Amino acid sequence: MIHRVRLSGAGHFDDWRQAARSLILQGAEPRDIEWGCDYEYTDDLFAAPSAPPRAVTGTLSVPRAFLTLAERLLCHNNPARFSLAYRLLWRLQRERNLLAQVTDADMCQSHQLVKSVDRDCHKMKAFVRFKEMDGEGARRRFVAWFEPDHYIIRRTAPFFQRRFTDMDWIIATPKGSAAWDGQSLHFNDQPQTRPDIVDETDDLWRTYFANIFNPARLKVKMMQSEMPKKYWKNLPEADLIPQLIRDADKRVQEMNNQTLNQTPPRFHQRLNKARST
Amino acid sequence: MAKSLKDRLAILSDAAKYDASCASSGTTKRNSLKSGGLGSTEGSGICHAYAPDGRCISLLKILMTNFCIYDCAYCINRSSSNVARARFTPDEVVWLTLEFYRRNYIEGLFLSSGIIQNSDYTMEQMVRIAKDLRLKHGFRGYIHLKTIPEASAHLIEEAGLFADRLSINIELPTDAGVEKFAPQKHPANIRRSMGELKTKIDEAHEPTLKSRRRKRFVPAGQSTQMIIGADKASDATILNTSAGLYSGYRLRRVYYSAFSPIPDASQALPLIRPPLMREHRLYQADWLYRFYGFNIDEITASQPDGMLELDIDPKLSWALANRARFPVDINSADKELLLRVPGLGVKTVLSILKARKHKRLGLEDLARLKVSVKKVKAFISASGWAPVSLIDRADLREMFNPPPEQLALL
Repeated sequence: MIHRVRLSGAGHFDDWRQAARSLILQGAEPRDIEWGCDYEYTDDLFAAPSAPPRAVTGTLSVPRAFLTLAERLLCHNNPARFSLAYRLLWRLQRERNLLAQVTDADMCQSHQLVKSVDRDCHKMKAFVRFKEMDGEGARRRFVAWFEPDHYIIRRTAPFFQRRFTDMDWIIATPKGSAAWDGQSLHFNDQPQTRPDIVDETDDLWRTYFANIFNPARLKVKMMQSEMPKKYWKNLPEADLIPQLIRDADKRVQEMNNQTLNQTPPRFHQRLNKARST
Repeated sequence: MAKSLKDRLAILSDAAKYDASCASSGTTKRNSLKSGGLGSTEGSGICHAYAPDGRCISLLKILMTNFCIYDCAYCINRSSSNVARARFTPDEVVWLTLEFYRRNYIEGLFLSSGIIQNSDYTMEQMVRIAKDLRLKHGFRGYIHLKTIPEASAHLIEEAGLFADRLSINIELPTDAGVEKFAPQKHPANIRRSMGELKTKIDEAHEPTLKSRRRKRFVPAGQSTQMIIGADKASDATILNTSAGLYSGYRLRRVYYSAFSPIPDASQALPLIRPPLMREHRLYQADWLYRFYGFNIDEITASQPDGMLELDIDPKLSWALANRARFPVDINSADKELLLRVPGLGVKTVLSILKARKHKRLGLEDLARLKVSVKKVKAFISASGWAPVSLIDRADLREMFNPPPEQLALL
């Protein structure tokens, strides 16, 4: 018997967990399940509404490490994530030490996907840029636009809550949004559009970025491996980069050509006098 | 005419770029959920941007002022330099830090300064900035203060209550170098300050009898920096100095900064391109010492001039000079030996130890762990693999050299 499971939105972990639990308890084999979610639904495989998996009672225990792995795995945008997670769960029933077999093919694939999710989360924490909105209330209000690869907004929002607790903020993305109002986090799964807001402080940040750069140490590849171009369009400082690279050699030349016989500033001469007396 | 805040930011960040550190990691975990304020630190640091020099921008790294009464030859801010000068008020530094932080540009502040009036006056102003950030504004982000040489112990101690990390630069690898290029600095005093700070950190770390709670004092420890390539010190000398700093003062990090040309440079110094590859090799050697169980002497032993090889990394260099130690059997060797295999990192070694409990590992298993089999296979034996002929090959070293550049047809 073929089971069809269509999860809502991008497929939240809790929904997957509930479905997977029932299916395991029914003894449904991995190859007999077709997983999908609203976001990635393309053909009419699911046209006929499928009955939600029968709720089956019973106990099912898994190592805690599996839950944290599966939770991250399901954030990935790979449509195979649901079936891969289920296959791990299925095999865990018989192979209790599966999670320790780091060279197993399923485990390797999971780790690869999870690594990509973790990196995306990390880059989101790094490259979100808040812009201040006008407002009269007691709390300052900020908004950010970010374009993650994976479905990570729910996963990273608590980080921003812990850090930017005293301000109201919204992080909007093409994969939904998260908002904090000082009381609770609110999520929206609908794709958002990029807000058009100017924040004057960006100008000071750009000044800092341009001046902290050392033209004598140009290493463009290194920069790009950590800050790939796909992020640049949402970083206020990034459009300075081409010019900084172009001018680097010239600036170093200028430094080297500076005449060395300039008289030192007057306060240096005063200091020297004071020292010698 | 008075310079605008933006103009001064340009000057005082330009002046700060020669400090290598931008780390924001290794401090206590904390957040603002309870206080309802601003700021958190979560163990690992975050790099919020990268400059085209490939360096991470994690902190707002600025000088409070670049006026300085010292005349250190290697420093852009020395008193005899004609560089443009500027000064922030403490309130301006606080404002910039908070506003940059709110926009998620940074993890916090790395504040350094030229010395104005005297060491204590300068240090007091810096402490005030950190104190205001913490107490007036409830800021829980990261703060790194560069302590001012010769500042009084009580000011350093106060700084430690508010800062995550304190640093004092050793500046050059040898005392003779410091005395030559930084006539107002005294290596003995720098080491004394480091020693006093270490003692304070150790004391704070001891749980008190009353509360069993540890006092918060410089939770991310102390670090230092030395300039590479300005004097004649060899890599062996540099690494020995580092080893002494790590063991004697339990520094968290020693930063190596390739000497870089500065505007209006002193004639006492070479006009050279910064030796970036040398700097990179020193960091690799530093890593071998701290995380791979290598002794400093071993790393440079095979190099008669005490200089690390530039064209291959120090771990490979050591392995080629110690071929009798290989091949290492990945299915039975202990952790210490596995860590010595070129191409196996700490994480991979831990994965190997875990995986081999369940099966005998072959080269295909290493490939699954994303190891470059090509690089490691000369140095290991594995299930179905023995490299007998490889390790004895005379041209083994050549196999690791970068491919020769293709010649153009005339």
